[in-house]
Amino acid sequence: MKQKQGQGKEKGKINGKTENNSRFPIIFLGIVAGIYCIVAIVDTGIAIRALGAFIDILRQIIPVLLLVFVLMFLVNLFIKPKAIAKHLGSESGLSGWVIAIIAGIIATGPVYVWYSMLADFREKGMRTALAGVFLYMRSVKLPFIPVMMYYFGSLYTAVLTVYLILFSVLVGLVCEAAVGKEDIPVHKDKITQCPPEGRQ
Amino acid sequence: MNMDIRPSAEKTYKSMLQVIPQILGILLLVSLLLTVIPPEWYGIVFSGRPIADSVAGAAIGSIAAGNPVTSYVIGGELLNTGISLTAVTAFIVAWVTVGVIQLPVEMNILGKRFAIARNLSGFIFAILIAILTEVTLSALGGIL
Repeated sequence: MKQKQGQGKEKGKINGKTENNSRFPIIFLGIVAGIYCIVAIVDTGIAIRALGAFIDILRQIIPVLLLVFVLMFLVNLFIKPKAIAKHLGSESGLSGWVIAIIAGIIATGPVYVWYSMLADFREKGMRTALAGVFLYMRSVKLPFIPVMMYYFGSLYTAVLTVYLILFSVLVGLVCEAAVGKEDIPVHKDKITQCPPEGRQ
Repeated sequence: MNMDIRPSAEKTYKSMLQVIPQILGILLLVSLLLTVIPPEWYGIVFSGRPIADSVAGAAIGSIAAGNPVTSYVIGGELLNTGISLTAVTAFIVAWVTVGVIQLPVEMNILGKRFAIARNLSGFIFAILIAILTEVTLSALGGIL
């Protein structure tokens, strides 16, 4: 029992991948709940208004979150690591960059709902730079372009969009260089499913 | 195929259990930030110096959160009050490319180095993109 608890607290390496602290989500949520309690003690009105805003935003992102989980299930079911490595891996070449840019632009909802799916993709062989590109390209949202044109003009929108696309490649390369040989965080429940080295 | 459905569903379910509390935490923080800091406060930090304002714009954009459209509306208002286009652009770009609030979660899911490198480069590039955009627009003949 003590050994199991110790494993949950420490980061180690299993099957060549870094074990992630699986308690983090609950600890993080607990800290945020604590912040709300402090805010509620100081000013109850702010806490209530913030909770109202939270419910509004939650309603908006639930469909996107469901979409992401359905996609994750379909990816786990149909897309094998070999396919990910081929189209988004280090051998994917120019097409990998284009796929990551287009996918980032098309992807809807807040950026954080996509973290988990990207982590899955990276486990399956996605190039780190392309994960960086995908996240950066979330900055270009086709439905919002008319709004930007309304406020800043069409030329500004076009110039900024081109720069965002160009710099997404740079951000991807920076991420890849920074990560180097850092292991992708893998939760313990996933590690147990990994086949031994040499069988992948 | 049937044999693959169960493990795939289990893997997705376990991912959901990990991700949902983190997303709820981020949403609660974003909601608190939106409530505590009204949009009109964003204009206070700008000093009128282009470079300092660009850094300030990127810094505020990095901390702020919400729909990108909100950043366009605030950016448009800032532009109307005389804040430089470079500062406003840095603000808009950092708003959508840097996420200080979700950084702990990004570090946990995608790795510390990845998350820090992505956000740090996003911050620096927001300023660079802002400068380049203004220079390009000047060369091409203005905003419209």
